[in-house]
Amino acid sequence: MSVLKLDNVKMQFGGVVAVNNLNIEVEKGKIVALIGPNGAGKTTAFNVITGVYTPTSGDVYLNDEKITSLSPDKITKMGIARTFQNIRLFKNLTVMDNILIATHLHVKSNFLSSAIRMPWSVKEEKKMREKSEMLLGKLGLLGIKNEISSSLPYGEQRKLEIARALATDAKLLLLDEPAAGMNPHETDELTKFIRNVRDEFDLTIFMIEHHMDLVMEISEKIYVLDFGQLIAEGTADDVKNNQRVIEAYLGVEEDA
Amino acid sequence: MMIKNKKFMRRSLTGFLIIAFAIIIILLDTETIGDDYVRRILNLGAIYAIVSVSMNLVNGFTGLFSLGQAGFMAIGAFTVAVFTVPVELREAIFYIVPQSPLVANVELPFFVALIIGGLLAALVSILIGMPVLRLKSDYLAIATLGFSEIIRIIFTNMDTITNGALGINRIPGIPTMWVTFGVAIVSIGFIVLLINSSYGRAFKAIREDDIAAEAMGINLFKHKVLSFAIGAFFAGIGGGLLASLLGTVDPKQFYFTMTYNFLLIIVLGGMGSVSGTVIASFVVTAGLEFLRFFDDSLILFGVNIPIFRPGFRMVIFSLLLMILVLFFRKGIMGQKELSWSMVEGWFKPHKNLHSKRKKDEGGTI
Repeated sequence: MSVLKLDNVKMQFGGVVAVNNLNIEVEKGKIVALIGPNGAGKTTAFNVITGVYTPTSGDVYLNDEKITSLSPDKITKMGIARTFQNIRLFKNLTVMDNILIATHLHVKSNFLSSAIRMPWSVKEEKKMREKSEMLLGKLGLLGIKNEISSSLPYGEQRKLEIARALATDAKLLLLDEPAAGMNPHETDELTKFIRNVRDEFDLTIFMIEHHMDLVMEISEKIYVLDFGQLIAEGTADDVKNNQRVIEAYLGVEEDA
Repeated sequence: MMIKNKKFMRRSLTGFLIIAFAIIIILLDTETIGDDYVRRILNLGAIYAIVSVSMNLVNGFTGLFSLGQAGFMAIGAFTVAVFTVPVELREAIFYIVPQSPLVANVELPFFVALIIGGLLAALVSILIGMPVLRLKSDYLAIATLGFSEIIRIIFTNMDTITNGALGINRIPGIPTMWVTFGVAIVSIGFIVLLINSSYGRAFKAIREDDIAAEAMGINLFKHKVLSFAIGAFFAGIGGGLLASLLGTVDPKQFYFTMTYNFLLIIVLGGMGSVSGTVIASFVVTAGLEFLRFFDDSLILFGVNIPIFRPGFRMVIFSLLLMILVLFFRKGIMGQKELSWSMVEGWFKPHKNLHSKRKKDEGGTI
């Protein structure tokens, strides 16, 4: 069963077609990668899925439910959470606050009962804290829960961003270049981390990535974009040996 | 054992300060100490604290650069003025255009009028907020500033209700300082609790990064309007108290320049710090009075110093402002709150600037 489905999605900005006739299906429980050269339209595709952009034409489905043109917060509520290419943490807030904010979308009490600490709101807040601490504990971030998030080392900021996305209770995680700026050792760790997170939280993961080691090792399916067009899809081996993919990355050999 | 002692000491010190504060207010209130002038400045300081903290909720905590506070205060002030002036006095006040029969015979208790004023301000803020809260930063500032002026001009022209440019006087005064200080404590207490609730965290998330906040499922529009409306409600409450304290309101009091006083207070106190804002409210209110010394002529060794004349106070005030934004951009408190550990830090040599990082406890993943 496909969790996420893009049906003929086209995204046009003025005269520029950033994404054209994109058909993608992400199956439940899989780790799927979206790769392609710079400017291929990968992040645009993510922004269409998460509701930042409304596609010019075509539709996006989450569990067979149409989510095209819903606002980003509604889409997150329905179960898609994302991370960003350039880390977007709430910089001046603590690690714990970053996580707690991501649990706010499920808050049932209104602002008044929340502010005057009605019993049910206090209970809700306590539950949110317990849940957040459990999550931080699982990801090994509990020891730094009171640190200001911008003071964390780069790798932990990346981890925290993933943790924050998990705190929304999303079942589909979109990771936009999670390994950007990481050295091979850190990338190795991240590979394990992503896989473990998927297993532990029973997630589906769809990610954009440039580190080919990571992509080839972890992905169960790979989509390749070039100039907004899907040029290949399949397993790591299929993609590696695909002539169009090689051309897109290395260029076309001209006849002498 | 040490920690327990410390906690106990902090608690007792806090208790002592609260009692001392209450005694000072009681003594002032019963006119045992101080005079009307001091009482008036303190009352004004408390009112400024309410409005400034409410403005800080919007500007400092939610990150919306709004300059509409004077307009919302005007709504609260006129609501209190219209509904609390005794009915038998109204004919004398509305001597040019009689008051509209809709409100001419309605007289409400002060606190009822005060709450209605706050609610009206909140209602208007929601109507204004729906279109303008889609704007960001300076555009939002310009739009809210404009709306604040519109509110003032509407009041100037609603002769039959607000008595137009003549304003309304003989508003019953505040009987005790506990009214202003009580309302201030409750209002600021509410805002502090709100800031520390889940909604407060959502506001801060919007301030920090609205794109990330939205991606985390926070409805930006709903939360922005909420923060804006709560800010307006307490500005209305502050306006209502001001009307009662001064005994008279007219639209000219609520020029947009009034908003700048509050902007100054929150910048001085620290954007995103409630305790800083409260301290700055009293410092600025008292400071403006203290600086009156520069308005009096000064004769030194028989020579009349020429620059000491009425108006010089504002020159000094503006200079202080410039020094403030040049050298103390974060204000007194930055985004921190006053706490005992902070106070203790002032008296201790700086040993551990950075808290020791706890070892990773290593998760299951």
